[in-house]
Amino acid sequence: MADQNESTPAQEVAAAQDPATQKNAQLLALLHRLFGEDTFTDVEEPYGLLTVTTTRERIHDIIAGLQQDQELQVNFLTTMCGMHFPDKEGQELGMVYHLHSLVHNVRLRLKIFFPISDPVVPTMTDLYSTANWMEREAYDFFGIQFPGHPNLIRILNVEDMDYHPMRKEYALEDGTREDKTDLFFGR
Amino acid sequence: MAVNDTLEGTRKIVEEAEVQRPNLHPLAPSVNDFNQELTTLNLGPTHPATHGIFQNILQMDGERIVSGVPTIGYIHRAFEKIAERRPFYQITPLTDRMNYCSSPINNMGWHMTVEKLLGVEVPKRAQYMRVILMELARISDHLICNGILGVDTGAFTGFLYLMDEREKIYEIYEEVSGARLTTNMGRVGGMERDFTDVAIQKLRAWLKTFPAVMSEFEKMFNRNRIFMDRVVDVGAISAERALNYGFTGPNLRAAGVDYDVRVMNPYSSYQDFEFEIPVGTKGDTYDRFMVRNEEIWQSLRIINQALENLPEGPYHADAPHYYLPPKQAVYKNMEALIYHFKIVMGEIEAPVGEVYHSVEGGNGELGFYLVSDGGRTPYRLHFRRPCFIYYQAYTEMVTGQTLSDAIVTLSSMNVIAGELDA
Repeated sequence: MADQNESTPAQEVAAAQDPATQKNAQLLALLHRLFGEDTFTDVEEPYGLLTVTTTRERIHDIIAGLQQDQELQVNFLTTMCGMHFPDKEGQELGMVYHLHSLVHNVRLRLKIFFPISDPVVPTMTDLYSTANWMEREAYDFFGIQFPGHPNLIRILNVEDMDYHPMRKEYALEDGTREDKTDLFFGR
Repeated sequence: MAVNDTLEGTRKIVEEAEVQRPNLHPLAPSVNDFNQELTTLNLGPTHPATHGIFQNILQMDGERIVSGVPTIGYIHRAFEKIAERRPFYQITPLTDRMNYCSSPINNMGWHMTVEKLLGVEVPKRAQYMRVILMELARISDHLICNGILGVDTGAFTGFLYLMDEREKIYEIYEEVSGARLTTNMGRVGGMERDFTDVAIQKLRAWLKTFPAVMSEFEKMFNRNRIFMDRVVDVGAISAERALNYGFTGPNLRAAGVDYDVRVMNPYSSYQDFEFEIPVGTKGDTYDRFMVRNEEIWQSLRIINQALENLPEGPYHADAPHYYLPPKQAVYKNMEALIYHFKIVMGEIEAPVGEVYHSVEGGNGELGFYLVSDGGRTPYRLHFRRPCFIYYQAYTEMVTGQTLSDAIVTLSSMNVIAGELDA
């Protein structure tokens, strides 16, 4: 996470002059200008990568807007993946998008969270061809639905599997085994 | 538009391909004539030319491919799930088994991800050692790909020459880590041991002999009429489509985009070395072949620079909390024993946070997205596997081409089943 220590003014000045920090600030300003400040919550920079949380209602607009934008040209979808936080009531599932501007070399991480009872996220396949299999993977692993996806079927697991294995309720080993105590090994 | 999964979309793609692709034969049947009967052909799952277990169900119109449906996941081993129960150092062997043609890059990429999370600074010597090993891995990866491409076009000789050289690279790995294919090389915080004299000797000897073999290979292939007839203008993809498909690595560079993680986000002291990024123009099979050949030469340059300027000093970080102590010390020294126990049991303290780190793998940007909740294992670990991402363009690239073109296209994309399925 971001540095918790008190930073001196000199350090702050040095950080402000750091090109990566400047680019992140520029990108954040761009996001705020294009999509409004209240669209984004939890603005962080863990390990120098600008991370913002938004809502699934806006995510398609944002990724499309960034793809069209000429200032920073954030138009490369590096990867996307699902997440599962069973303890976050109403925000159990998430999708994380990593975007990259190959021209200006600035990366952006976008996150959205939504309830597990309604795991529906707009598809990005109309913007990026590469989203096709990534979304199929997220569906396969987490059961996230992408309306508008041309072919939303399982990709890595077998077709007749009836659960989504990356969800946290599916422990890796048989939970009923008593010969192995779980005290040291695993969660 | 990712529409190639439906028949309607396939028709559209083929129609566009007829207009756009100059390489489609003028006598090729028009796709609008859909009254002719199509043949269904299973390319794979176990086909000698796929070099791995994955299937393509192709709709063929004579010798032309009309559409294809790829099926993957035959060797899916759920690494992302397994990683959620393993301490950080036990995940390294999983990364070995992704792109098994260049395991050291995967290993180092993973170590660097954890180091970034933990805030461990790796000494210069270890960084240079890593660079040498990663570039060796890149060379062996490209040797496989280009050698096999030769085999798939009917030229076995070059492959045999190159396998001999790959064997020598594996011997260097063996001297450094004890393993050959799935290397499990290095540790979080540096390398597990220094280069031995034998390792340096073998490396120097190989650096002397390899360029001659590589030149000979290039002489055999680069301007070979038969080879060029098979690969020029075959399986081409434009830079725009390649970027839209998330291509990285040699396949993207063959299409003319000079994106290389080593240059754009230097890691492990890549900024200290001088090398060039070769790019192609058309993104066809020939360009991919040539880009890989040139990258081998550039990797050799990097290895030579790193070996000449290999700094003195420790080969691992001074981070006893994360780096295993020497075995001798564990028997004699109380602190070493405690650290050994804590590390082996996975009881090291990891900060809460999320980190994305990417390295230039043999096939492109190999990314690790690690979410840590402070526990002994990752809360979530996602691998950005370049093969998985660019293989989905395969159907689009071969639609409208012949079956033999599809084989060489697949071969030149260097799809590694382990990385595809993870």
